Amino acid sequence: MTAAAHAKLRSAQARKVREFVTPEGVDLQLRIASAGLRFGALVVDFVIINLALLLFTLLMVWIGFAVKGGVAEVVWMLGAFLLRTFWFIGFELGSRAATPGKRMMGIRVVARDGGRLTADAVVARNLIRELELFLPLMMLGVGAAEDMVSGWTLLAGVIWSLTLSLFLLFNRDRMRMGDLIAGTWVVMAERAKLDSDIAAEAEAGAIRFTDAELAVYGIYELQELERILRARDPRAMREVADTIRAKIGRPVAEEDDVFLLSYYRQLKARLERGLLFGKRREDKYASD
Amino acid sequence: MQPVSAAELPAFSTSRFRAEREADWIAFDLLLTKLERKGAAALTSDELLQLPILYRATLSSLSIARATSLDKALLGHLEALSIRGYFLVYGVRETRISRIRRFFRYDWPAAVRAVWKETLIIALVIILGALTSYALVASNPEWYYNFVPEEMSGGRDPHATVDYLQSTLGHGKAAADEQNSGLHVFATYLFTHNSQVSILSFALGFAFGVPTMMLEYYQGIGLGAMLALFSGKGLGVDFGGWLFIHGTTELFAAALSGAAGLRIGAAVVFPGARGRLEAAADAGRTAGKVMIGVILMLLVAGVLEGFGRQLITDTMLRYAIGTVMLLFWLAYYYIPRREDVA
Repeated sequence: MTAAAHAKLRSAQARKVREFVTPEGVDLQLRIASAGLRFGALVVDFVIINLALLLFTLLMVWIGFAVKGGVAEVVWMLGAFLLRTFWFIGFELGSRAATPGKRMMGIRVVARDGGRLTADAVVARNLIRELELFLPLMMLGVGAAEDMVSGWTLLAGVIWSLTLSLFLLFNRDRMRMGDLIAGTWVVMAERAKLDSDIAAEAEAGAIRFTDAELAVYGIYELQELERILRARDPRAMREVADTIRAKIGRPVAEEDDVFLLSYYRQLKARLERGLLFGKRREDKYASD
Repeated sequence: MQPVSAAELPAFSTSRFRAEREADWIAFDLLLTKLERKGAAALTSDELLQLPILYRATLSSLSIARATSLDKALLGHLEALSIRGYFLVYGVRETRISRIRRFFRYDWPAAVRAVWKETLIIALVIILGALTSYALVASNPEWYYNFVPEEMSGGRDPHATVDYLQSTLGHGKAAADEQNSGLHVFATYLFTHNSQVSILSFALGFAFGVPTMMLEYYQGIGLGAMLALFSGKGLGVDFGGWLFIHGTTELFAAALSGAAGLRIGAAVVFPGARGRLEAAADAGRTAGKVMIGVILMLLVAGVLEGFGRQLITDTMLRYAIGTVMLLFWLAYYYIPRREDVA
């Protein structure tokens, strides 16, 4: 990757970050959830809703044979309506503000103004969903039912309704129509487990690197190295170790993991020292 | 992990920072998990007191880590923990019960009052629709077929006999023979169907309110055509009673759902001094409250239509119930109350 590509990658990530300052004055830097995650969450929710509906229907059919008088029918109709309309509303009103699908994708609903997510906002954003999903289907249904509608008219109708449904692709905050009207957006809220501190372990038999050998890399490379070390894949470690050895001109003399861990610790210490002095070197292309 | 003695390390190191603070983060994580699983009621008073302290400790750790640490796993964990903590600590300030009570006592009628202009407009649109079709059908009954689709009319068309029409209103011989067993099924069907239409009429509002008004006009058209048909056969008063018992609630709810949609459309077109997005969000919240109310009203209307109308066949009693319901809704929504001042 070139320096320009790196800068582009970083600015693309920065575009997804929204300032969100807590009353304590800390910016939480919320990241907007991508359209793909949103769609994935919707699919998961749909599968669960339909499975629940299927089980519920079977149960009610079974009860319907046992009990006469249409009680099962009433319960089924009410149950299906409640499930469809209040699945999203019910879960998003909970403390995690996310349906099971959203939880699985690690995203949640947040009020855009930073305040508390109110029930009316949740209701508004989810009632609009009915329309966003329903309108393209209805367009298709009307077109199929009435022969006088030509293929082109049908296509135009479906495309028009899809622009409403796919509204979130056309704005950088990834807001649906419902989000727009309810004053909400959907942000990343995944859980990150606290991994062990690989830089803190006692250094026995560590390799010493000179300052010139450490000066070739920046923060981006350090964090990529961290990722490799945490994944513990021997082939990737071998490849990275060889690249570093070639770059700093060292012979292959020790085990890859020992070499990489020593290099990681000393590079991290060097860059963090720089950080304390107000010097943040983003990647290897930045000046030292 | 082997502990490192303080003497070997420099005065400040990110490893030492982490070793000192880690216990707080783990405690905060456990507390949040408990809060999410079991709610605030499950926490002891000691844990409740710990919550904000641990929250602030985590937030301060995040600030320090951002400025000094390059450990991505650490930064990611602290960021996720702080976000999770923020929304739990600042999220809910009220119990569910008090939220529900406030909704019924104040929020719902206040939201309905706030859209009174839109409600009037939608009511006029429905009446206009009804008048249009009434005038047309009264002058030439053949118009009826254009307004009411065959599957909806169920034989209630200009060629039907007076006896048949009367039977559809629950009077006469045919109705008496009918079993009452299917009523609750019918009521439930009406409720779910009407709710979906209302939700649609609300949701269409953001397209500048035009589709909402069309949908409401169309509702009025069907109403007027039926009215013209029955009054043409001298059954106008009976039909009124048949309609009135649940119609006051149902049509009121329909008008409110249209008004909620129109409010959003109007806010998008005329945002005033605020930004367009902000205006839409404000309107959306008011409309959301109105819509919860609309679904509850439709539930009442479904019960009145499915049970009340089928079991009560006396026209005067039907009018009386319809009027009482209308007065109840009007009083509930529009009589000013003390909370308004606050």
